[in-house]
Amino acid sequence: MPKAKAAKATPRPASGPVTLLVGTRKGVFLMKSDRARKSWSLAGPHFLGNIVNHLVLDPRDGRTLLCAVRAGHLGPTVFRSTDFGRTWKEAERPPAFPKAAPGEKGLAVEHVFWLTPGHSSEPGAWYAGVSPPGLFRSDDGGVTWEGVAGFNANPMRIVWIGGEQEQGPPGGATLHSINVDPRDPRHLYIGISVGGAFESSDRGETWRPLNQGVAADFLPVKDPEYGHDVHCMRLHPLAPDRLYQQNHCGIYRLERPAERWDRIGNAMPKAIGDIGFPLVLHPRDPDTLWVFPMDGGTVWPRISPGGKPAAYVSRDGGSTWRRQDKGLPAKQGWFTVKRQAMCADAHDPVGVYFGTTSGEVWMSASEGGRWTSIARHLPEIYSVEAAGG
Amino acid sequence: MNVLIPSQLRDYTGGRAQVEARGTTLAALLADLERRYPGIRFRMIDEQDAIRRHIRIFVNQQQAPDLGAVLAANDEVVIVGALSGG
Repeated sequence: MPKAKAAKATPRPASGPVTLLVGTRKGVFLMKSDRARKSWSLAGPHFLGNIVNHLVLDPRDGRTLLCAVRAGHLGPTVFRSTDFGRTWKEAERPPAFPKAAPGEKGLAVEHVFWLTPGHSSEPGAWYAGVSPPGLFRSDDGGVTWEGVAGFNANPMRIVWIGGEQEQGPPGGATLHSINVDPRDPRHLYIGISVGGAFESSDRGETWRPLNQGVAADFLPVKDPEYGHDVHCMRLHPLAPDRLYQQNHCGIYRLERPAERWDRIGNAMPKAIGDIGFPLVLHPRDPDTLWVFPMDGGTVWPRISPGGKPAAYVSRDGGSTWRRQDKGLPAKQGWFTVKRQAMCADAHDPVGVYFGTTSGEVWMSASEGGRWTSIARHLPEIYSVEAAGG
Repeated sequence: MNVLIPSQLRDYTGGRAQVEARGTTLAALLADLERRYPGIRFRMIDEQDAIRRHIRIFVNQQQAPDLGAVLAANDEVVIVGALSGG
């Protein structure tokens, strides 16, 4: 494996308190640690009763939060806080597809599913991935949103995603894993379940599939150009030519400018397999990543294999993997971890966190060496992001 | 005319369960509600002008299928959050 080429100097480790931004099926919770990350306080809920798919901090100012919200009865929207969650205001124009011409059927946003801050040179820029699969951009910090027509109105969109589905998240089609190249704000990657990985070099005006080498066992075609099921795709900010992907059909790494993904999940234990939702990168080491395997056999139970939950870490870009289950239930642990619900902080050693479908938050202050439960009895957790530190 | 607001939308109306709005059609009434309470319309009507799946709007106790319903000044409009499951 080639050593990843660094794009910029490695940042110094963080040392302050960490705040976890926890999005759940019934609202938002904020968890704050002490400097040692030993003691945690839980605050919330905000937006009680609302489905929160993603809650993300703007790293460019360290205080703006964007929150993807919908309620069971009500349509999807985005709420913004410019004071780290003390007060919230709704977007004046949330993501919405254009009104269709008379007699034509238009698209309607069912969920705002994924939020990604824009490039560091573009303050106020954000991207949102929605369901049905669509991409939106804001240039005013999330107050107003415009569709990225190069994707949403692309005549190939409907082909790439295999037709419109009625169902949205957590079980349906959605656009997520929006990655902005830190060297070039025009260079974007997105992931679609289902649809595959796509790349744009012109800020979203044109797109092309990027799925060579990725399995799509559920399709009748061998080695299709698109139609794959990306679960989570991440670009390493220090090595932006390296992409990792947790897919419905395996774990992969891609070294650009190459086009063919390498199935690094083949090195996972056969009894565990390489299916899962989340994939987390080490903030300072592009060769280190974590996954959280789930059972993708028979009817796709989507639970920890055998009821024995564990993370797996690779320190060599996916060539070898090590099981990390100390502190986790040794048996009868039937939760799983959704694609936005696992993250890392910037401390040394890195703190790794995950939220479960059964409403627990777990953390490891030793890069996965030992896990501790830091919150229980929350609603089903959809996203966990680490802020501050 | 009187518009009854369900609990799910009362964040927009300052907690009020009943508000005044004007319009000769349901579409116009909702536009007036949006002027008075910004953001409220999109939570119940999607960008294709369809009433969202779990919202029902009744005019004088008759369910309105779409926004074309004609209204008179003394009609009563009831908006309901209708959801099954948890």
